[in-house]
Amino acid sequence: MNASLQTASLNRRNFLKTSSTVTGGLMLGVSLGVPLSTQAAGTLYTPNAWVHIADDNTITLISARSEMGQGVYTSMPMLIAEELNVDIRRIKVAIAPPDGKVYGNALLGGPQLTGGSTSVRDGWEKLRIAGAQVRTMLVSAAAARWNVDASTLRAENGMVIGAKGRRATYGSLAEAASKLPVPERVALKDPKDFTIIGKPTKRLDTPAKTNGTAEFGIDVKLPGMVYASLEQCPVIGGTVKSFDGAKAKAMPGVIDVVQIPDGVAVVADSYWHASKARAALTIVWDEGAGATITNASMLEGIRKATDKPLPLKAVGDADAVIAGAAKVVRAEYVSPLLAHATMEPMNFTASYSNGKMALIGPTQWQDGAQGAVAKALGMKPEDITVITTFLGGGFGRRIDLDFIVQAAQISKAVNKPVKLLWTREDDMTHDFYRPMSVHQLAAAVGPDGKPTAMTFRMVSQSVTGRVFGLPGEAQDPLMTEAALAPYEIPATRHEIVKHDSGLRVGYWRSVSHALNAFANESFIGELAAGAGKDPYAYRMALLEKQPRFANVLKMAADKAGWATSAPAGRFRGIALMEGYDTYMAQVAEISVKDKQITVHKVTVVADLGRMVNPDTVIAQIQSSVVFGLTAALNSQITLDKGRVQQTNFGDYPVLRMNEVPVIDITLVPSTEKPGGIGEPATALVAPAVANALFAATGKRIRQLPLHDNLARA
Amino acid sequence: MSTKFNVNGRAVSVNAEPDTPLLWVIRDELGMTGTKFGCGVALCGACTVHLNGQPVRSCQTPLSAVAGKKVATVESLSRNNTHPLQVAWIKHDVPQCGYCQSGQLMSAAALLKGNGNPSDADIDAAMSGNICRCGTYPRIKAAIKDAASTMRKA
Repeated sequence: MNASLQTASLNRRNFLKTSSTVTGGLMLGVSLGVPLSTQAAGTLYTPNAWVHIADDNTITLISARSEMGQGVYTSMPMLIAEELNVDIRRIKVAIAPPDGKVYGNALLGGPQLTGGSTSVRDGWEKLRIAGAQVRTMLVSAAAARWNVDASTLRAENGMVIGAKGRRATYGSLAEAASKLPVPERVALKDPKDFTIIGKPTKRLDTPAKTNGTAEFGIDVKLPGMVYASLEQCPVIGGTVKSFDGAKAKAMPGVIDVVQIPDGVAVVADSYWHASKARAALTIVWDEGAGATITNASMLEGIRKATDKPLPLKAVGDADAVIAGAAKVVRAEYVSPLLAHATMEPMNFTASYSNGKMALIGPTQWQDGAQGAVAKALGMKPEDITVITTFLGGGFGRRIDLDFIVQAAQISKAVNKPVKLLWTREDDMTHDFYRPMSVHQLAAAVGPDGKPTAMTFRMVSQSVTGRVFGLPGEAQDPLMTEAALAPYEIPATRHEIVKHDSGLRVGYWRSVSHALNAFANESFIGELAAGAGKDPYAYRMALLEKQPRFANVLKMAADKAGWATSAPAGRFRGIALMEGYDTYMAQVAEISVKDKQITVHKVTVVADLGRMVNPDTVIAQIQSSVVFGLTAALNSQITLDKGRVQQTNFGDYPVLRMNEVPVIDITLVPSTEKPGGIGEPATALVAPAVANALFAATGKRIRQLPLHDNLARA
Repeated sequence: MSTKFNVNGRAVSVNAEPDTPLLWVIRDELGMTGTKFGCGVALCGACTVHLNGQPVRSCQTPLSAVAGKKVATVESLSRNNTHPLQVAWIKHDVPQCGYCQSGQLMSAAALLKGNGNPSDADIDAAMSGNICRCGTYPRIKAAIKDAASTMRKA
C-alpha cells in the first residue's frame, strides 16, 4: 500500500488558496451554499489534500467527486471520517478544485472525473489512507506537545486522548499537525472495527435539498452578473454563416449579441430578457455534413458497417461449430439514440477578468473543464479556477464540456460574469446522445438445447474516441462492458465494430452495459425458449462455474416467486449481469393490455461486495430501475435532416409517479471489494422487461424502446 | 410597470414586463432560487409554487396573473426544515440530485392541504405532474404518507 501516493505532489498552500476562493475577488461556496472560507470562524489548516481543520474545530472533508444525486457528498467523507475518527454528522463537505494529480480518478486512468460508478471503488483505499494519515499526524502533534510516546495516545471522536484523561481537540492540534510530514505508511482499521463504513447514514446534502438552499449551477449569482441564452444550429455541428442581431439588441434589457463558435448568444440583464430577445435573432446556418442524417440512414449505416471488427475474445472455433450445426439461432438487437434529460438543463457561470477565468457550475469533470476552456480561449490552465455546485442530474451528460466552454467564451466576449442557461429544448436537441447500436448474435444449439457455440458482433459508435482521443484501431473498453456473458459455452467469438455515424455521442448511465446486456440477456432467453426450457433453469444450468452469478440469480428468482405462477394476467422475465464489479439479477413482473405494458414489480438482487452507505445503495438501485425502465419502455431520440425531433418531456416522456413499479431490493452481505452501484441496475431493466414481454405475448421485441416496437410488431 | 403581490407573507412590488413568467420573477428579481426551471412548458413541475393556495407551474404563470395575489414558494414551508413534509423528506432521505424536490414538496403540500390521509391513487394523481429523473418516487410516496400521519396527529 503506497500511503504517500495521494499527497506527494500537493502544495498545501496552493490547495488552500484555490479551494476557498475564486480569482477576481469572488468568494463562493461549494458546501450547501456556504463559502468554505466562512464555514470555519478560525484559521484553516490542511494536513493533507482531503482534510481541512480549523482551529475552532470545524472539520471540512473534501469530495473529489461531483454530487449529482448518487450520494458521494456523504460517502466520500464517510471513507475519510472512518479513519480520521470524527463524527460524520459534525463535519462539513467541500467539492475539490481541479487538480488531477491529487484528485484524479485512477480507475478511469487519471482524469478528475465523476462517472463509471467508480467513486467508491477509486476512493475505497485512497480516502481511508488520507484519513489515517491525518489522524496519525494529529496524534504525533499531541505526542510532541505532551512529550510522550505516540503509541500511548489514541484518536477518538475528534480528539486525541492520552493517559489520565488528558485530551486535545483536533482543532487545537491542527496547526502543529499540518507542519508535520505526511506519513508514508499508515495502519488501516480491520473492517470489523468500522463504525461508519457500512452503516446506513443520512445523506449530508438532504437538508439543503428540502428547503431550497442547495446551490445548483442555475442558482449561481455573482456581482455584476449578466445572463446569456444561446441559439445553436438545429443541426448539431452546424456553424453560423451570417446573422442579424439588430432586432434582438433593441429589445428590453439586452446588453449585447455575440457570436461564438457554437452559435449566437444574447446577453441581457435577466434570463427572461435574454431568452425573449433570442427569438428575435435571424441566423443563416451552414448546417454542415450532419444535415443529411436520418434515423433510418443511421441504422442502415450501422447494420452494414464495414469498419474493421476489433476482436474481443475467442474460445475454440465458434464459426466452424455454427457452420456445421444442425440447429442455429440468429438474432439482431437494436438500441436507439437516447438523451440524458437531466432535470437541470445545461448551464454554467463564467467570470473573465484581467486574464483570469472563474468557472462555477455543475460538471462531472473538473480538470476537463479547466483544460477545455484553456484550449478554447488560449489561456493557461492555472489561470482558470473551477468551482463545482450541486449537479441537477448528470448521468454522463455533464462529462461533456460544451456548455462550459460556451459560457467562458461569452464571458470573455462581454468581459462580464455571465450565466449561460440552456432551455429544455436546447438541452434535448443538443445532447451528446447514447449511441445507437446493433448486435448480431448467433448460436449453435446441441441436442440437449444447450448452446455449443456463440458469436457476438456489436456495432456502435465509440464515445471514448471523441472524449479521450482513443485511436480508432484500439478496443474501446466502454463498448465491451457486459459483452461477455457468464454462461458456459464451449466455443465463443466476440467482436466489436466501431462505426462513426456522424452524430456526436456521449456516455449515458451504464454506457455499453445497457446495450450489451439487452442483447445477451434477450438472446439467452431466446435460446431457452427455443429449447423449450424455463429461462431461469436454462441459465442456472450454464452457471455451474460462476457461483456469484448463480447466487444472485437464484436469490432473485426466489424473491420474485419464480417457482410459483405469477398472479393472473401477469408474466415474469429474468436477467443477469455483472457490471462495475457488481453482480446483479432482476426479475420484472408485467402485464400487457392493448399493447400497453404495465410493470408491476421489479425484483433486484445485488452483490456489490462491501458497501459504504447501504441506504444510498438502495436509493441508487431504485433510481437506476426507474431510469432504465423509462428508457426500456419509451425513450428514443430520432433524427430527420440531421435535426433531433424530440424537444421536451412531451415527446421524450420520462416515468412518472403513477408508472413506477414496486421495487424489491435485496443486497447480498459480502466482504468482497466494493462494486459500483450508480449504474448497473439501469442496464438490466430492458432485458428483464423484454423477457417478461415475450412470456406475456409470445412476441420477441428485439428493438428498443419496447412500446413503440410492440405497437409495430 | 410595477406589479404588487405577496410572496411567502411578504408584500412585494416588482418592476418587470407583465408577460414575465412568475418563475423568473421569483428567481432573478426576488432572489429566491429554491424554485427551479425544468422545462418551461409546465410538463415537469420543478417550478411548482402555490398561487392563492393552489399549486401552479410558475414557468407558465405570467406576472400579470399574480397581481394582488398570494404566492408561496418552497421557502415558505420552513427555512429550518421543520415542516412535516421536510421532516419526512429528511427521514426517508428522499432527494438524490435534489433539483426537482422543491416542486415535489410544493405539490405534496398542496395535496395535504386538502387531503389529510391520501391513498396511493390520490398521491399518484397529485404528484404525476412532477418529474423526478433520479426516480425518487417510492421515497416521495412514503414520505408523503409519513407527513400526512404526522399532520393528522398534530
